[in-house]
Amino acid sequence: MVQYERLVNVKNVTGLNEITVTDGSVTIGALCTHHQLETSAALTEKLPALKKLEQNVANVRVRQVGTIGGNLCFAEPHADPGTLLIALGAKLITEKSSSKREIAAEDFFVDAYETALEADEVLTKIQVPVPAANGRSAYLKFGYLERPSVGVAIAFNLNGGVTGVKVAVGCAGPAPRRVAEAEALLEGKSKDEAERNLAQAGAVAGRAAQAISDLHGSQEYKEHIVGVLLKRAFQRALS
Amino acid sequence: MARAMTRHSEAQSIPVSFTLNGRLHEIEVEPHELLLDVVRDQLGLTGAKRSCDVEVCGACTLLVDGRPVSACTTLAFEVRGRSVLTIEGLAEDGKLHPLQQAFIEHGGFQCGFCTPGMILAAKALLDENPNPSEAELKHFMHGNICRCTGYKKIIESIMAAAKKMRVKA
Repeated sequence: MVQYERLVNVKNVTGLNEITVTDGSVTIGALCTHHQLETSAALTEKLPALKKLEQNVANVRVRQVGTIGGNLCFAEPHADPGTLLIALGAKLITEKSSSKREIAAEDFFVDAYETALEADEVLTKIQVPVPAANGRSAYLKFGYLERPSVGVAIAFNLNGGVTGVKVAVGCAGPAPRRVAEAEALLEGKSKDEAERNLAQAGAVAGRAAQAISDLHGSQEYKEHIVGVLLKRAFQRALS
Repeated sequence: MARAMTRHSEAQSIPVSFTLNGRLHEIEVEPHELLLDVVRDQLGLTGAKRSCDVEVCGACTLLVDGRPVSACTTLAFEVRGRSVLTIEGLAEDGKLHPLQQAFIEHGGFQCGFCTPGMILAAKALLDENPNPSEAELKHFMHGNICRCTGYKKIIESIMAAAKKMRVKA
């Protein structure tokens, strides 16, 4: 059981549950609930992959009260948003009494239930760059238990070939990870060449997931599913 | 897994004024008390059930300001100034709500343990979307688990109630 000296309800802090669009990015307050995000016109228009992810977080009751900030800071391995935020190149804005800093989503998740937050820091906003007009992204997850077992996100720009590729895997291991080695197999390739490399990229991403064998499945099974989801996410992003 | 309520002698009581099933209630709760325990033990409304205790099964579903929440994972003081609906508050003047009637007519329950949560969640669904497709219904109700029925009759009951409610409206 966790013991606290003091438990402070941050939900009473005003101004942290807004979604604002400025040129080039969508800024999401840490106290936005998943329900707010799944029904947000701004997300529907600018970040449809994130809107779809939020629509499928947990269940309707969790979405009603659970916040994106709470989700990210709790850093439960079997969670969805972190994986896609990594692939979208999101920045997490954190504050303490005297200063502010930005942490790239890919650097935020240190281990299971452990983030880069310092003891006196609070996550206040998540800044997500709006993808270019030729930007494509998708997040797919898999699982039969209450929480997802495997999650894969991909984002890239489509201009003849695929560029600016970002691949992230989550849920299978202790923390969501960006997989540069898988990205390299797709980066700068034509669409057809990238498709031919997907199997290898999937195998690389599977190993990078740091999967362990548990109730969610064996290590081999999860690695296999990562590969399946990467292929499907690539196709979904193109469609 | 029932858990005995521990009363901490140094905890401060918080006065909570809220609307319960349409009527103003003023109670005292301790900061750590869960809404589920206050509703069941202090208020004697045992329709909401403790089942998973971790917000995944839906047996403790209550409506707060019309939206479904897990009472097992809501602190009681959080309903201060808000309106709460339990299954006991659904029937009006002894007349069953169309959802309750439909669950009876269409066999939407067997043991009944999940049913209060199912009906309240369905009410929230139909308040938001009076004409849901089956896919929309399943998506909304995804977090309410039933071990008995296999869900088919639950879906039929909700769709039948929705139809009746659209005709009346």
